Amino acid sequence: MNRGPTATLLRPVESLGRASLDVVESLGRFGFFLGEAAVWTFIPPFKVLQLLQRIHFVGFRSLSVIILTGAFTGMVLGLQVFLTLSRFGSEAFLGPAVALSLIRELGPVLAALMVTGRAGSALTAEIGIMRITEQIDALTVMALNPMRYLIVPVIVAGLITFPLMTAIFDVVGIYGGFLVGVKLLGLSEGTYFGEMQTFVDMSDIMTGFWKSLSFGVIVTWVCAYKGYHTGHGAEGVSRATTEAVVLSSVLILVWDYFLGSVLP
Amino acid sequence: MIRVENLYKAFGDQRVLQGVTLEVNTGEIMIVIGRSGGGKSVFLRHLLGLLRPDAGRIWVDGVDITGLRGRALDRVRERYGVVFQGGALFDSMTVFDNVAFPLREKKGRRRPGEIRDRAEEKLAQVGLGGAGHKYPDEISGGMRKRAAIARALVTEPEIVFFDEPTTGLDPVLVNAIHHLILDLHQKSRFTAVMVSHEIPEIFEIAQRVAMLHEGVIVEVGEPKVIQESANPVIQQFIRGQIEGPIRVT
Ligand SMILES: Nc1ncnc2c1ncn2[C@@H]1O[C@H](COP(=O)(O)OP(=O)(O)O)[C@@H](O)[C@H]1O
Ligand SMILES: [Mg+2]
Repeated sequence: MNRGPTATLLRPVESLGRASLDVVESLGRFGFFLGEAAVWTFIPPFKVLQLLQRIHFVGFRSLSVIILTGAFTGMVLGLQVFLTLSRFGSEAFLGPAVALSLIRELGPVLAALMVTGRAGSALTAEIGIMRITEQIDALTVMALNPMRYLIVPVIVAGLITFPLMTAIFDVVGIYGGFLVGVKLLGLSEGTYFGEMQTFVDMSDIMTGFWKSLSFGVIVTWVCAYKGYHTGHGAEGVSRATTEAVVLSSVLILVWDYFLGSVLP
Repeated sequence: MIRVENLYKAFGDQRVLQGVTLEVNTGEIMIVIGRSGGGKSVFLRHLLGLLRPDAGRIWVDGVDITGLRGRALDRVRERYGVVFQGGALFDSMTVFDNVAFPLREKKGRRRPGEIRDRAEEKLAQVGLGGAGHKYPDEISGGMRKRAAIARALVTEPEIVFFDEPTTGLDPVLVNAIHHLILDLHQKSRFTAVMVSHEIPEIFEIAQRVAMLHEGVIVEVGEPKVIQESANPVIQQFIRGQIEGPIRVT
């Protein structure tokens, strides 16, 4: 290889090029992973039992944390929004204000972040351990596709559970706002729920639904991918878990902004 | 017959396989020896289609598997049984479910109860008759290895790969597992490719032994031939000497 002055000059360019190629390659692998899972979703036999286990894993086990955070989010909203609205003498709009922030924004985002912390990290660790202990290779050499057995059930479970978790978060949150606004601060019950019915549209609910659906894919996709392509040893698994949680959270917020500006 | 020709594999600039050539005859037990970190597992993973070579070819009964993917590769793998280095039992399933799993997932109708009978029979053969209800992390290392052997053999494969099935076990267990493998081999006459360090025990059970060193097979032959080989690499390895052509790093 030429090691003349030009080569030395070009070395930074060369390593920059190599780094960009690495990024493009891993992005490609990341996208291809979801595409492959999407294809295997529609090819029978379907792994119903694995899917039910994953729904239990992703959904049911996150339920308590969803209810807890939903309640407190609603209560905080109830308090803060009430105080703000009372400056303009428009406390009557507490109901729709709480409901709209929960349904359009906070419900999908916070529920997704909570499930990421509760189930997403555990998912990455579980799949990562299966990778480093060769359990995924064992599936492969049994001529059983690990995509079908491991990844598809996770992503479909995300599609099913995230909207449900979000709905629960919203309902509990609205009730939390009710507790603070009506029971504590003395707004009338009819006003809280009546104005809510007037101002909350189906389109608001659909916005929240599409968000939660896409967060379901993002979180399970990122967490499954990070586990599937984990590095070596226990350290590799712990790094994969951290990366999965960070990347999921960032993508949730970025995608939330994007959808918020595209959807009505 | 498995035929490997001029297999090359590097990870980055670490060259692991540098032209491995080996033939394994149908029905024989071929044992591959060589230093830790010498690429034996990497070699096996190529035979399983888990790694793709940089160059070289692998034929399994005349089928070139180096270019195969998807269904075509799976058809070859359906004839395989694999015992991974750490056992690779599914830790979310009991030992019994691990052994029954390959049968349950195989296509084709089975009489009800047949899967249970066959899985129980295999568990009994490896001496785990009473441990089926336990989870992999509730049993000892030796039991895990035996469970992995039962799972690999339950589908009655034609070709079985063992990656260090006895490493880390006490001498009695080593012997027990070797006898188990020999026994099962006598019953079903599978072709076996086995990686092992157990010297001298392997000379009792192998039909042929191959030594992998610095990325190539330096010698292959019947146990007697290998034991009496004039090759200093082999002599040093089977005697465990520190001085010699193998550098201890
Ligand atoms: N997937 C991989 N990526 C990078 N290096 C690897 C990979 N698999 C194995 N190696 C390296 O190849 C060498 C041979 O490993 P291995 O085949 O496991 O040795 P052994 O003969 O003990 O089974 C080791 O130095 C290991 O670090
Ligand atoms: Mg090895």
